[in-house]
Amino acid sequence: MAELDTSGGGKHKGGKIRSKKASTRVDLTAMVDLAFLLITFFMYTTTLNKPKAMDLAMPDNSVKTITLPVAATRTMTIVLGSHDKVEWYMGEPGKSAPTVDGYGANGIRKALIDNAKTVAATHAAPDNTMEVLIHPSDKSTYNNLVTTLDEMSITNIHIYAIVKILPMEVEDLKKNGIY
Amino acid sequence: MPRVKVARKSTAIDMTAMCDVAFLLLTFFILTAKPKIDDPSHATVPPSTNMAPVADANMMTVSIGGDKLFFAVTEQDVRAAALKAMGDKYGVTFSPEETQRFSLTQIFGVPMKSLKSFLDTDPDKLKDFTQTGIPADTTNNNELFNWIYTSRQAEKALHDKDLQMSIKGDSKEQYPEINIVISCLEKQKLFKFELITSLKSAPNKR
Repeated sequence: MAELDTSGGGKHKGGKIRSKKASTRVDLTAMVDLAFLLITFFMYTTTLNKPKAMDLAMPDNSVKTITLPVAATRTMTIVLGSHDKVEWYMGEPGKSAPTVDGYGANGIRKALIDNAKTVAATHAAPDNTMEVLIHPSDKSTYNNLVTTLDEMSITNIHIYAIVKILPMEVEDLKKNGIY
Repeated sequence: MPRVKVARKSTAIDMTAMCDVAFLLLTFFILTAKPKIDDPSHATVPPSTNMAPVADANMMTVSIGGDKLFFAVTEQDVRAAALKAMGDKYGVTFSPEETQRFSLTQIFGVPMKSLKSFLDTDPDKLKDFTQTGIPADTTNNNELFNWIYTSRQAEKALHDKDLQMSIKGDSKEQYPEINIVISCLEKQKLFKFELITSLKSAPNKR
């Protein structure tokens, strides 16, 4: 009868049994293919740009602490209107006509830098930093607010606050057609 | 002239090293991969030049998208504890299964009165469940206020830590909606929080 002879060696005449030396090399091509396929998959699915967080501190309005008087000439107020437009003015509201500006490098950022320089030049040394009040109107978007807060960090303004808008500012926004 | 014989070399290369590297990278990507949370608010966050990454743990997030508010807490036990406290407040009792379901829900935006039916919905059919958003206003007794408040209490009781607050708003969202969320936080003396943004390249500082 036919027999399956799977044994590697065979009986040689000498009588010594020798096992056939099988190569230990395995064909890795398929495994490598699969590994790279999975790598590609996981690389595409992992999100490399994690969301970023911007810290925001609102003023504590619950306790009436002793407030230090700040010269009105040192404050700049930014009123956020609709259609990605802003209005800004220095000092007290209504005293000077607000300037309508846009966002970006040539808009509000330029105004912030210029005003900060003017404030630094016209005031005495320790109290010559500019303070910014942000008044978002009901027609402004969340993007406008984040952009404005971002401009604060770009232009290195450390003292700023988000404050409720004044009715006269709303009137002014309406007059300029950005409400 | 004798013919030049080109020595025949085997085309098989040793792939062991390549295989090692491939699997090493694969392991790395598998371990760093995180399941993407399906955010029902579909908020596209505004860009900013901020570089600080969002924390992974100890966070609660209010997502604002399409004039609807959604709430998320990272810790599962805090979610369960907050649900119980909210149930007590609004007179709804939740079964252990519903609590279990809720603690596995990453983000939700349903009012208390329909939360039970939201949790009883089959997970496969949850996509068709329209989440109407968490009701909120500027008073200090609305559902969003209470969710934030109970979550903070639960975090304090369970882990003795303070929950970080973050707001994830859609860039097209109008300011009044954002103001409602901010006033909810201010009412419970939470004045420091984070706004989630995407990265934009920073302009040159002058």
